[in-house]
Amino acid sequence: MSTGSRLDSFVARYAERTKGMTASEIRALFAVASRPEVVSLAGGMPNLTALPMDVVSKIVADVINENGQVALQYGSGQGDPVLREQITEIMRLEGIESHPDDVVVTTGSQQALDLVARIFLDPGDIVLAEAPSYVGALGTFRQYQARIVHVEMDDNGLIPERLREAISHTRANGGKIKFLYTIPNFHNPAGVSLSAERRQEVLRIAREADILIIEDNPYGLLGFNTEPTRAMRADDPDNVVYLGSFSKTFAPGLRVGWAAAPHAVREKLVLASESSILCPSNFAQMAISRYFATQPWQDQIKSFQGLYQERRDAMLETMEQLFPSTATWTKPGGGFYIWVTLPEGLDTKAMLPRAVTSRVAYVPGTAFFADGFGSWSMRLSYCYPTPERIREGVRRLAGVIEEEMELRATFGNNAIPVSERPNRILPPSELM
Amino acid sequence: MKLSRVVVISGGLSHERDVSIRSGRRVAEALRTVGVEVSEIDSDSSLLPALSGLEPGAVIFPTLHGAAGEDGAIRDVFEMLELAYVGSTADACRRSFDKPVAKGIVADAGISVPASRVLPHSTFRELGAQYLLPLIEKSVGLPLMVKPAKGGSALGASVVRTAAELPEAMISAFSYGNDVVIEPFIMGREIAVSVIEESDGSLTALPAVEIVADSGFYSYDARYTAGLTEFFVPANIDEALSKRAAEVAKKVHLALGLRDLSRSDLIIDKNGEVWFLEVNVAPGMTETSLLPQSVAAAGRDIGELYKELAERALLRK
Repeated sequence: MSTGSRLDSFVARYAERTKGMTASEIRALFAVASRPEVVSLAGGMPNLTALPMDVVSKIVADVINENGQVALQYGSGQGDPVLREQITEIMRLEGIESHPDDVVVTTGSQQALDLVARIFLDPGDIVLAEAPSYVGALGTFRQYQARIVHVEMDDNGLIPERLREAISHTRANGGKIKFLYTIPNFHNPAGVSLSAERRQEVLRIAREADILIIEDNPYGLLGFNTEPTRAMRADDPDNVVYLGSFSKTFAPGLRVGWAAAPHAVREKLVLASESSILCPSNFAQMAISRYFATQPWQDQIKSFQGLYQERRDAMLETMEQLFPSTATWTKPGGGFYIWVTLPEGLDTKAMLPRAVTSRVAYVPGTAFFADGFGSWSMRLSYCYPTPERIREGVRRLAGVIEEEMELRATFGNNAIPVSERPNRILPPSELM
Repeated sequence: MKLSRVVVISGGLSHERDVSIRSGRRVAEALRTVGVEVSEIDSDSSLLPALSGLEPGAVIFPTLHGAAGEDGAIRDVFEMLELAYVGSTADACRRSFDKPVAKGIVADAGISVPASRVLPHSTFRELGAQYLLPLIEKSVGLPLMVKPAKGGSALGASVVRTAAELPEAMISAFSYGNDVVIEPFIMGREIAVSVIEESDGSLTALPAVEIVADSGFYSYDARYTAGLTEFFVPANIDEALSKRAAEVAKKVHLALGLRDLSRSDLIIDKNGEVWFLEVNVAPGMTETSLLPQSVAAAGRDIGELYKELAERALLRK
């Protein structure tokens, strides 16, 4: 008798939290999406074509030539003081008055998210998050074995009434809510923004319910023809941890983000960060610091805004022309993403192989829910392809949707379970 | 002529691109361990210019899975370029990649195959799924398998245990292709037998791998996530059954006119009957794939085996 092998001698030793870490058909399909023949409307890669590479090249060279001994050395766990000072100036654009000591520099804001989860979440704790929410955040919270309770949104962002309901319902069922995770500006994946009035209401609800807010704001400066919106932290710095990033305003490859937090939280974040990475990259921080000190970075952000607006317009126009009349979608005022809700009964996950065969890719809606909802929604990104490629991608996708609708019509829409909660962004009229 | 280099081609645009890249990497690594110079290349618009400049001693080792890799198309291109390559001819690939065609040929060779129905989407549209689905359920019986007529890695394949699951399984399979195979789900032990063609032309069936997926279905996740499936090599079956399975795999190889290597996926039911499910002309070569496990169980060095296959391909040129 031969004994069995699982081709992994560590299989009995992995932590419980690795259980969801498996290969998947969807992941396999995304490998095809990286090919140039495929118009990928899936990834959220910032478009760096507007970045003056000659300038960046000189900055990087100057950092090494003038201060290489420091740039290539370990640095402060909390981050470079000069950069932290500059970060406070950037946050001032959104009304946040803070001291450099409030800021912890991280390896991308994704690390800040991980640190927040690490210091707050015990297994079984509840995180409130929008429905849908950023897939990278949901993955992080799951890693800490937290449970996600989604709160509905509409075109004006998180719905305060639903937030109240979620809090009372969760607590009535014995759930321990640790924080509300929200992306108030140009939401990923929904593309909507939280209105000014609702920001105040959400702050009030959180304060009254004694719930910390994690305000994730990577896209806040990427509004089209608008001034930056006042951050939630600006109005309640003692109850809001703000996460920021240079990935969309400068370059994601440098992997620099930050958290601005109440002092006690900040101290724990620094200790947690030191235990995980010792310190963020001195080199990357110094390059960013020099760029922000010497270059017209606000003009550069305007260039990014123009580039993304042109792409958003191309996508919206083509969708308007070609998508079925029964589909709905958000119309973002900035950022990278459009959230599409297809006719009920379509399953965007099941449709993805057909889309990849037609050389177009998107992210199925279920990726943005922790509870299996979102099956007839999808996220489209307009940030990376050229406007011409976006039009072509939307044209291909419209054909795929038509074929899928025909297939569903053949086999009946009862082929997939109908959820009780709508997984689209509700127009306000439907909330009454 | 001496083997100067092996060009491993992987990737491509099929749904199995990811698996193909992993297979290609493993083949390249194995060949390098036995001193063979290896180039790795994707199947894209840079392929033909790269192949056109190859020296006479170079051999292609395609590890392309799925359409274009296993349907014979790329091998037709190799033949037009008069390049030596490892594996079956374009014609043999065409016969094998189309599951219903392959099953017909294999059945004619006297091997048991599950009786299957092959239906395009258009038939459901024209005749009405509400009438056809109950007929399928009645005719094929539950549980049944639904899978795309072409393709591998269990993509789009489902086990249907209740009538309610049938529409979704059809939709899932049609997402990967226009024709769908519906056949009874044969309960039994799932095994895979790899066949290697030796230098004297004889066929060797390598030790069978028995597959026991935790979920009960050897799905895409179960195939490519180490730990989710338990493999027994050789399979825990008696010698007579083992011989029978080996004979079946060799017969499949011969009946379809395959060359160099193949892997047959088989089921042994409770009566000891060996059923043919499908054959792979470009078997997976990844860390969790079945052929490399069989080669190791046979006490053979996989790098040496790949090298022998490449040298033989060169001799055929």
